Amino acid sequence: MQLLGIIISLLGGGVLALMMGHKSPVASRWLSLASLLVASIFYTSLWLDSTNSLSTSLWIMHTDWPWIERFGVHLLLATDGLSLVLIGLTLVLGYVALLSAWHEINHRCGLFYLNFLFTLAGVVGVFSALDLFLFFVFWEVMLVPMFLIIAIWGHEERRFAATKFFIYTQASSLLMLVAMVGLVLLNQQQTGLWSFSWFTLTQTDTSGSMGMWLMLGFYVAFLVKLPGLPVHNWLPDAHTQAPTPGSILLAGILLKTGAYGLLRFVWPLFPDAALAFAPIAMGLGVLSVLYAAKLAFAQNDLKRLIAYTSISHMGFVSLGIFAWNHLSLQGTLMQMVGHGLSSAGLFAIAGLLQQRLHTRALDQMGGLWALMPKLATLSMVFAVAALGLPGLANFIGEFMILLGVFQIEPWAASLAALAMILAPVYALVIMQKGFFGMAVGDKTKALDLNARELLILGLLVVGLVFLGFWPNLIFTVTAAPVDSLIHLGKGG
Amino acid sequence: MNWVELASLIPLLLVASISVILLLLIAFARSHKLTCWVTCIGFALAAFWAFTQMGNTTQQVTPLLIIDDFSRLLGTVVLLVSLACAWVSYGYLETADEICEEYYILLSLAALGACVLVASNHFASMFIGLELMSVSLFAMVGYMAHSKQQINMTLEAGVKYMVLSGVSSSFLLFGVALVYAYAGTLTIDLQSVAGGPHLQSGYLVVGSALMLVGVAFKMSWVPFHMWTPDVYQGAPAPVTGFLAAAVKVAVFAFVMRWLMMAQGEYLNVLLLGLTLMAVLSMVMGNLLALRQNNLKRLLGYSSIAHMGYLIVTLAATAPHGAAALSTALEGAAIYLITYACMTMLAFAVISQLAAKDRRFETGTLVDYEGLLFQQPLLAGSLILAMLALAGMPLTAGFIGKYYLVLVAVDAQLWMLLGLLVLGSSLGLYYYLRVILVLCKPPVSDHHWVLGTSEKLLLMLLVLATLWLGIYPTPLIEWVQFAIA
Repeated sequence: MQLLGIIISLLGGGVLALMMGHKSPVASRWLSLASLLVASIFYTSLWLDSTNSLSTSLWIMHTDWPWIERFGVHLLLATDGLSLVLIGLTLVLGYVALLSAWHEINHRCGLFYLNFLFTLAGVVGVFSALDLFLFFVFWEVMLVPMFLIIAIWGHEERRFAATKFFIYTQASSLLMLVAMVGLVLLNQQQTGLWSFSWFTLTQTDTSGSMGMWLMLGFYVAFLVKLPGLPVHNWLPDAHTQAPTPGSILLAGILLKTGAYGLLRFVWPLFPDAALAFAPIAMGLGVLSVLYAAKLAFAQNDLKRLIAYTSISHMGFVSLGIFAWNHLSLQGTLMQMVGHGLSSAGLFAIAGLLQQRLHTRALDQMGGLWALMPKLATLSMVFAVAALGLPGLANFIGEFMILLGVFQIEPWAASLAALAMILAPVYALVIMQKGFFGMAVGDKTKALDLNARELLILGLLVVGLVFLGFWPNLIFTVTAAPVDSLIHLGKGG
Repeated sequence: MNWVELASLIPLLLVASISVILLLLIAFARSHKLTCWVTCIGFALAAFWAFTQMGNTTQQVTPLLIIDDFSRLLGTVVLLVSLACAWVSYGYLETADEICEEYYILLSLAALGACVLVASNHFASMFIGLELMSVSLFAMVGYMAHSKQQINMTLEAGVKYMVLSGVSSSFLLFGVALVYAYAGTLTIDLQSVAGGPHLQSGYLVVGSALMLVGVAFKMSWVPFHMWTPDVYQGAPAPVTGFLAAAVKVAVFAFVMRWLMMAQGEYLNVLLLGLTLMAVLSMVMGNLLALRQNNLKRLLGYSSIAHMGYLIVTLAATAPHGAAALSTALEGAAIYLITYACMTMLAFAVISQLAAKDRRFETGTLVDYEGLLFQQPLLAGSLILAMLALAGMPLTAGFIGKYYLVLVAVDAQLWMLLGLLVLGSSLGLYYYLRVILVLCKPPVSDHHWVLGTSEKLLLMLLVLATLWLGIYPTPLIEWVQFAIA
């Protein structure tokens, strides 16, 4: 029930925020915060329940109500440790995004918070829907509010970016719909029953060329969302043009839905096809890691630079998932959480700088350390997190992924490890161009962080350091689900 | 004809009586409000009657009309669309500088034609229904010809529709004549008369191809779509809604019935022609819609694309097992109904906007800028309609699209499926364009207030669109019932 509580409080909060928005923008802000708090209370209770029952059962079933009987579609919501961690990340970044929207979003507040909370609710749904039909519904529905956030509150090229974002994801998810229907029909031919349930469909025999085609349908949809080469092109535009809270949601959570899809659906549903396809997918992963890191280095627009670093980090995720062993999958999860926190921090910083300097261009910055020491220090923390400094969460993730991949495909791990050179280059370029050197133009009016901003960034830093030193907090929760996924994905 | 048969015709008789009552009413007392009320109540009663009769035995009333669950269900849909059309026409005609009571007579005659078409399993009744509908529509499309508000566009649309409709009817008639020359009967169930092995005749093949051309004009399947954008743009918005929703439902219902009865060489010709038109419609409709600047024109091209998608379900009926066949028919009917619902929603919004300011239907998309912030209800409904047409989940459009994919995968129509994915992806661009325009900062002042009845209609259509998308089970059950 707690999961329904989370979703309903987010949806309800959104509707209330819209209704309050007309009268008072301030009220709609606080209402959104309140609904996030309520959702967090439900989440805490869910976390406690899950960790208590961890030794006995893998899944917590929330709802299993019939929905469209004709096709055996159920409203099937269930969580395991994997979903639990990602829903937690969603809520934490929800706070960060909300606080960064606090003063940045100042027109049509009610509508903004409606879209904002609906996006969160959609993502929570994606992470917990175990009926493929329901999953698809959440998958698509979370796009619309995100599209509106970019299109209404974004920067200069917002409409172009929003359209591109929507068409990329929607077109690829049509392929997923086709593959999903194909899989369900395959299962129906084998068992004579209609079912969209993940638990049933993982038992379907998907060997053969049909399985490969169906797997590709899912893979493309998730690769677009991840994003990975060669379908990453929407991301730099969408991230750059979105308002700060939008960028935080996109980088922090929406990208993780792609990774989650690969983990939850591609391998367990199509073990044979995924195994056969793994070398290609890992090759694409390596390409993403290196190519995006190089592109990031060449950017002048700060947000664009961060966007490319996201692609590079998601390349690691792709690698880790297709290595499909315990080490690499645990590392992937840690990478997802670590990247969620660090990229949210970087985008928040980019937003703060844009508010103060009215530019995102790195060559217009310079010498900011002297003016804004607090902001600069925190930027440094996020930059070194992104480059994978030991002691922070990202390092654990990348290191474990490389270890895991090396056991399967040494060449892929060796090539991807080159990112250990490229990542410091782009991360330190941010610091050097932005914060060191001589100031460009008159920036004496630029203020340092206020309490609210310190709170957002501090929260993220604490999370990064904490997970960097005590990754077991996550690993204990995800160990059992990861093992069971591996078991399914090995065709067992 | 006995009493039971007559009773099953009550919806048709009710609709026919609306036009007679209106004629008398107008002769004695002209009142726009009363005329509209009578029309709406008549449609509502007829729809209610047709719907509650579902589950009764099939009645073949004379050789011409068949009243089965299929015709009852789709007849209900046609009547509900007509009801929405009459309802929305009131506000539209209220602000027109034109005498408006006669419009409702034409509307009820067109609805009667559509109902006849849905219930026909005979080429004669099909032709009567089609012509009754089309001839009334000529006048409705050109209804504003003398209005100063729409200058010459509406006259152009009326003439265009009339000429092309006439041409298509003559194709149809010639096709019917050829089939008759071969079979000696006008019933669409040729098998019972001619017998299977003989269905290879050249007369039959050429005749059915010609009939298909005639039907394709009405369904605006490419390459017979040329009239669509002009007529959609020029016709008064409520009439465009009727053209886009009711006419398509009625004609397609007949095509479904016809195809079910066809077999052998004759069926192959029909399927080949249909598949070709599906390919062309999906590609051309979506491509041509991309750069349209008038919303009605854009929706015209979009409806061409949707009619193309609809053929995919027909192509899947090619013989390969009874289960697959019934799924394909189910998919066709469900797509048709969801399409009618969301299209009517879109045109209801346009009509209500046009009632306040004619620029909304004649002008470009610029006039819609910022509407979301000034008229949230209207713009919100339009956004919903666009999302539904684009096939987003939780709207009616997704259920239709899901069925399309299901049917196509089941029948392994990979080529059509590929085009469907490509077409829908292209389609997103122009649906999103409309949404983006609505979300822009406002430029002009649109601060009028909507009346209660207008709001009520919008809410009903919005609820229907969402309900079909969120809980489609009843719809699926009715359709399964109707095609059984």
